[in-house]
Amino acid sequence: MVVNTPTSPRKFEEVDSITIRFAGDSGDGMQVVGTQLTNVSAIMGNDIATFPDFPAEIRAPAGTLAGVSGFQVHFASTDIHTPGDSLNCLVVMNPAALKTNLKDLQPGGILIVNSDSFGITDLAKAKYATNPLEDGSLKGYRIVKVAIDKLNREAVKDSNLALRDGDRCKNFFALGLVFWMFERSQETTIKWLHSKFGKKPDILQANIKALKAGYNYGETVELMPIQYRVAKAKIAPGTYRKITGNEALAMGLVAACELANKNMVCASYPITPATDVLHQLADMKNFGVKTIQAEDEIAAVGMAIGASYGGAIGVTGTSGPGVCLKSEGINLAVMTELPLVIIDVQRGGPSTGLPTKTEQSDLLQAFFGRNGESPVAIIAPKTPVDCFNIAFEAIRIATEFMVPVFILSDGYIANGAEPWLIPDVNKLPKIKINHPTGPNSEASDGVHENGAGEPGKFLPYKRNDNLVRPWAIPGTVGLEHRIGGIEKQDVTGNINYEPANHELMVRTRAKKVANIAKTIPDLTIEGDQEGELLVIGWGGTYGTIATGVQKARLNGWKIGQVHFQYLNPFPKNTADVFKKFKYFLVPELNSGQLLLLLRGMFLIDAKGLNKIQGKPFLVSEIVDGIQLFFK
Amino acid sequence: MTVTALPTLKPADFASDQEIRWCPGCGDYAILAQAKKVLSTLPFPKEKMVFISGIGCSSRFPYYLNTYGFHTIHGRAPTFATGLKLAQPDLMVWVVTGDGDGLSIGGNHLIHALRRNIDIKILLFNNEIYGLTKGQYSPTSRLGTKTKTSPGGSIEAPIRSLSLALAAEATFVARTMDLDPGHTASTLQRVAAHKGSAFVEIYQNCKIFNDGVFNYVTDKALRSDNALYLVHGKPMIFGKENNKGIRLNGLDPEVVTIGKDCALDDILVHDETAANPMMAYLLSRFSYPDFPEVFGVLRYVSEPTYDELMAKQMAESLAKRGKGDLQKLFRNDDLWTVE
Repeated sequence: MVVNTPTSPRKFEEVDSITIRFAGDSGDGMQVVGTQLTNVSAIMGNDIATFPDFPAEIRAPAGTLAGVSGFQVHFASTDIHTPGDSLNCLVVMNPAALKTNLKDLQPGGILIVNSDSFGITDLAKAKYATNPLEDGSLKGYRIVKVAIDKLNREAVKDSNLALRDGDRCKNFFALGLVFWMFERSQETTIKWLHSKFGKKPDILQANIKALKAGYNYGETVELMPIQYRVAKAKIAPGTYRKITGNEALAMGLVAACELANKNMVCASYPITPATDVLHQLADMKNFGVKTIQAEDEIAAVGMAIGASYGGAIGVTGTSGPGVCLKSEGINLAVMTELPLVIIDVQRGGPSTGLPTKTEQSDLLQAFFGRNGESPVAIIAPKTPVDCFNIAFEAIRIATEFMVPVFILSDGYIANGAEPWLIPDVNKLPKIKINHPTGPNSEASDGVHENGAGEPGKFLPYKRNDNLVRPWAIPGTVGLEHRIGGIEKQDVTGNINYEPANHELMVRTRAKKVANIAKTIPDLTIEGDQEGELLVIGWGGTYGTIATGVQKARLNGWKIGQVHFQYLNPFPKNTADVFKKFKYFLVPELNSGQLLLLLRGMFLIDAKGLNKIQGKPFLVSEIVDGIQLFFK
Repeated sequence: MTVTALPTLKPADFASDQEIRWCPGCGDYAILAQAKKVLSTLPFPKEKMVFISGIGCSSRFPYYLNTYGFHTIHGRAPTFATGLKLAQPDLMVWVVTGDGDGLSIGGNHLIHALRRNIDIKILLFNNEIYGLTKGQYSPTSRLGTKTKTSPGGSIEAPIRSLSLALAAEATFVARTMDLDPGHTASTLQRVAAHKGSAFVEIYQNCKIFNDGVFNYVTDKALRSDNALYLVHGKPMIFGKENNKGIRLNGLDPEVVTIGKDCALDDILVHDETAANPMMAYLLSRFSYPDFPEVFGVLRYVSEPTYDELMAKQMAESLAKRGKGDLQKLFRNDDLWTVE
């Protein structure tokens, strides 16, 4: 008699969203597989958001707590704005990864563990006295122990690779497991492996084998009684790609220069987490982009200003410590009224601080971190995708107003990724730039010393209606003139030490920057248009604050949200918006910098919600902060 | 193609309308006069000349020339010049700096501008003192120099700027002095024609705070015994009687008397184009009173400039990839389409 044993039918549970983190040694390739899961999920139609978390050390000693590198992916069938507060699934490649990441796994969450890496020395390196896989401390989680080292070795054994090289495929084995568990297609990753390792067939085949082996292992042993399914999200139609904040910044700058018909010169000194922007631009020479790795941060800003003086778009990218060094240069651009774009991808400070961790603590530095009264424009992207638009705005404002513009990005959105609806190049805004070609003086300019009031002269500090001076570039016949950091005489630009002139010029520079407000969009209120509480944010915290406010409003509370992308000047309607609410909460990843400005400038009794841990807000932290107002 | 002849200009055409504010008797006046003279003779349009300076007495120079000028911040002039050259490679860009500006606060930028061989011309006015801040010792002040910040005499070894320029791989290195106008002019002519990073040290007298520090070469009675004028292809001879010369004894140069210690044939012949910079380096270390101090061009070699290499890479990228296409750039990743 033949007994027919039917294979058990697959069981799927539909969920709205899944948050997964891969964690392992910094040499374990966690960023690579995290990126793959992201790409695959995006291509399968989910909304995505990611958060990489890596140590400052390139290769901290293997297996230690300091060397743990993680990559978090949130994919969903709904519109999402954050990489997720807590994990549905955590994949750990060693005990150190378990120890540093377990606190973020939800109760009852899935914990996939490489059980081969829990030997006595591995445990000691992670400072575990007993084996957590055996001492009952992981009770309350759904533990999936997989002998990843051994199974991977078996899978790649015919691959013609040294043992060590074969072992390096184990991240793809782990990815295969995750693909099975969350019903992801392997096709995109296999295609990617071909493009990456096409010229190294042994490595290519081994990685594919590892990926498939992981997937098949999940299926064969029915690793979990259930698999999860996340439906496609309802997303605006169009063609998408995934983009990080740093990628979007680089592309935005290049696109804006193209549409302004200008060449870009980007001078930077390598610094985490901003260097990626220089990497990207260095490879775009066919767009007329010149990059130079300067000898230091000071040289970088000098070169960028020199390039602007020469009529190019001068850009310099850095992080907080670099801004400290650039401040004297930035002030020269304020005084000589030249365009300049300064990208500050903020990280934890002060001093060297937390190079790979995020913070919003350079706002006041951008506002006030220079000698004298030195107004600059300050704008901040609110999401990775928004970096593209902000880069455009930076170049528009810098050239339209002859002023340095700070872009305050941060480590969180610089490295975080989300889907980007690729824009139609023909619909991007054009940027109009005029360089004078002849004299601009008229009798009505008044008589200044040195006869500058005579017609037929070029007056480098004669201003337009917005108080902007002309951008005359070397090489233009007849417009030879001198500029510099010493106080200028109004109109002529000659050196001038007169008391009244200095006050006029200080006030004029400030008014010019204030005039930028005429050209920027009004602040828009999300949620309740008036009511009890207004939650006020700026920069990279947008996604988390928006999600938090949406959740809190489900309680029926009257909450509005505004988010500043333009910080100097603030949008014209800011004071009017504030009049519509009774209470104000300002969440920031610092100890209250925007809070200080708002209290000082708008006289509102705002309260801060502040986190200074090198980590982004959790949605729950925003909701908790809001709740205090409705008790 | 039409060729427009350059207008004939006079030195006065290079004077700006600004009142000159250097102290009476300052060496900077003489340098400015020679610069205007030389600029007016150059086959180069005035509107394409740019003078960039840092901070200090010398750095006021651009205000007094009717070219494009940028008076920047302390020590950083080479960085602005570098950025400007990146934006507009066909400009003639000069940097005017001093011993404090170029060798103290700006030492790093000087080194890197020179090693990049970017096509800028750096004139360093050396007066061995901080003048604008009213008399403190500078990185070129000699040991023992008494100033307000070194009342017991400076205890810091001075920088030899020519040695530094050579070590930084400058492709043109020269020295001249304010009180030898003819030599200043010919040196400026030479530097104007050079392609690549050029460095010229100009001894310049500070009448107020360090008067006469270079007397041993600026005083015509003393000059011939203490200054060695280098001429390419000529023996290194100096002295009132024109009978002193430089001979190499192993790796050590020595001063000898021709006819007494040796024959003319034993005297070193100057080769400014030598690929090996060792001899130039030895000359750069000649210091009064043990040796005559050298004037003229120590090194003049032709290497690909930063500007040329950058232009080459730009052209290669364009040839290989075609003109940048934003639509393609945006799509340079995995794509997906939502219907």
